[in-house]
Amino acid sequence: MDEEYDIIILGTGLTECVLSGIFSVEGKKVLHIDRNDHYGGECASLNLTQLFRKFRNGEAPPEALGRDRDYNIDLIPKFMMANEELVKALVYTDVTRYVEFKLVSGSMVCRDQKISKVPATVGEALVSPLLGFFEKRRAKKFLEFVGNWKEDDIQTHNGLDLDKHTMTQVYEHFGLDTNSQEFIGHAMALHLNESYKTRPARETIERVMLYVTSVARYGSSPYIYPMYGLGELPQGFARLSAIYGGTYMLDTPVDEIVCDSDGKFVGVKSGNDTVKAKLVIGDPSYFQSRTRTIGKVVRSICLLEHPIPNSDNADSTQIIVPQAQANRKHDIYIASVSSTHCVVPKNFWVASVSTIVETDNPIAEIEMGIKLLGPIKERFDIVSDLHVPTETGAESQIYISKSYDATSHFVSVFEDIKDIYKRITGNELALSKRPTAEEEQAAFESNR
Amino acid sequence: MNNSNPTLRPRQYQFKLVLLGESAVGKSSVVLRFVKDRFDEYKESTIGAAFLTKTIALENGDTVKFEIWDTAGQERYKSLAPMYYRNANCAVVVYDITQTTSFERAQSWIQELKKQADSNIIIALAGNKIDLSDKRTVSTIEGQNFAEENNLLFFETSAKESTKISDIFTQLANKLVESRAIVAEAAAQQQSRAQDTLNLNNRNAGQGSDTCAC
Ligand SMILES: Nc1nc2c(ncn2[C@@H]2O[C@H](COP(=O)(O)OP(=O)(O)OP(=O)(O)O)[C@@H](O)[C@H]2O)c(=O)[nH]1
Ligand SMILES: [Mg+2]
Repeated sequence: MDEEYDIIILGTGLTECVLSGIFSVEGKKVLHIDRNDHYGGECASLNLTQLFRKFRNGEAPPEALGRDRDYNIDLIPKFMMANEELVKALVYTDVTRYVEFKLVSGSMVCRDQKISKVPATVGEALVSPLLGFFEKRRAKKFLEFVGNWKEDDIQTHNGLDLDKHTMTQVYEHFGLDTNSQEFIGHAMALHLNESYKTRPARETIERVMLYVTSVARYGSSPYIYPMYGLGELPQGFARLSAIYGGTYMLDTPVDEIVCDSDGKFVGVKSGNDTVKAKLVIGDPSYFQSRTRTIGKVVRSICLLEHPIPNSDNADSTQIIVPQAQANRKHDIYIASVSSTHCVVPKNFWVASVSTIVETDNPIAEIEMGIKLLGPIKERFDIVSDLHVPTETGAESQIYISKSYDATSHFVSVFEDIKDIYKRITGNELALSKRPTAEEEQAAFESNR
Repeated sequence: MNNSNPTLRPRQYQFKLVLLGESAVGKSSVVLRFVKDRFDEYKESTIGAAFLTKTIALENGDTVKFEIWDTAGQERYKSLAPMYYRNANCAVVVYDITQTTSFERAQSWIQELKKQADSNIIIALAGNKIDLSDKRTVSTIEGQNFAEENNLLFFETSAKESTKISDIFTQLANKLVESRAIVAEAAAQQQSRAQDTLNLNNRNAGQGSDTCAC
């Protein structure tokens, strides 16, 4: 333990593990510590025993729920969009060799208590029950505009300047009514509230493009999900880090972050040992005095013995209840996966309902989502604070990640990864392609 | 890939093999000897490639491809991820015959495997470094008895002198293909992989174009 490292990383959440993998591949000497005895930190996937330890004071899980190890329940429900940057990072680092993915069957939206598929192609828009007759043609025009958009070809811009015109102006330009605005802004661009409308349109158009290109990758939905749960993602990147020399210590308490008299990071104290490094990266739980709270998220994990009613018996689906449908400021999200993904035993489904907390009674706020699920076998509620760092790390060499927010994908997580990387190195994150397993094997066999 | 039609010969099998054992007992050296028939006296831990494959032919012409997972040092502080054990069909647990603690550790790894891995998993126990027999502290009979009690294959090996290394893998291969449960399980795994899991590396997947979203 008296070795010195380039980087110490605290917490094995996704953000930390991706950075650990990247820095190890770059040749940095990394020590990665977690106080828990399992990988994943806040975004772990838990088995039954761990779940009951966390939510039911260690009570024994009922026999009827089946075997412990058939469960991998995500604490933070999210799906990956097929074309988002995290997926590119998985491919570039070839972490895909350790993790397998399945397409999420459905992407749905709830209107007037009814669930319908989100139209993502021109063809789907033309038959969607979400849109009236005239509205279908307008939505078609809008989707064609997004599909044809080329940044450097002004002909494709339709007279719009995405950095100047607001999204409201773009909606007006295409004559789209509130129904269409709701599914474009909430079910495709995945905005959690209405504030995007008065901001420049680029952000929203880019999000719609991400949605549309993600649907185009594999068809039927833009979302993909790892076999055995989201906890496989940090594990996969941790494995990458270890293979490139990263050292892992789980179940290790972190007693003190040691700094010198100028407030600059020196090392991490665990028991009687202090391990030194040039800098430290970690999740907010290791640096409570250096973070602040910017909001709360409520998440309810529900075990079901049936697929979500009216979801076409989907083995997996996302359902968005837009804020206006629930008389709220923020949307309610439902994410459901099943035994198909090896996260619950056969004949079980798991559905997580979540939203940003607006009142003193968060559990009541997700009630409308809960009602869509039918009978619930077991339910675990979590209300968590969203933490952000109060410093950039430039002076202290202490780099703190953000809590996982209420969004349903990993765009903001990857933004945070890129931001921390840049704060540390001064450079933009540019991943170089790691050889595939086959290429590595060939190289290994040829060098005698 | 997996040719599971019993009337067709030769058959091709594929199995995931995990290595376990205390640090420095010679796990990576056993793999290096098996895959490349080589030994490095002063080797750094294998950086960059702790995941290799090796195909061997059985006497009847069938072939067995081992997908080998080395711990990459994650075992040093008991920090192996569940991912490591997932879908493992067989395991080689290594100890150093000159280090009693490594034998004790091997025994606890075997308990761990029984807890974490598939119940059909086939386990081989290897007492390595028998070229250093003058420093031996774990007797052959101790290893053998433990292996018998726990229904393990047992070998005393030297990665340095290439003693009994290939035997571990051929005996494992034979035992694996004899086990209908494991063959069926491995075939099912590969089928599910081929069928509805996505190949993210294929940039042309799906029906649409792959224009950049950024
Ligand atoms: N004499 C002798 N030395 C061996 C033998 N096998 C391995 N070694 C030596 O033991 C040391 C450790 O071997 P490794 O193969 O790196 O051990 P490991 O179990 O992979 O170690 P970690 O990767 O740290 O967990 C190296 O110096 C090897 O050269 C053997 O059969 N005989
Ligand atoms: Mg090794």
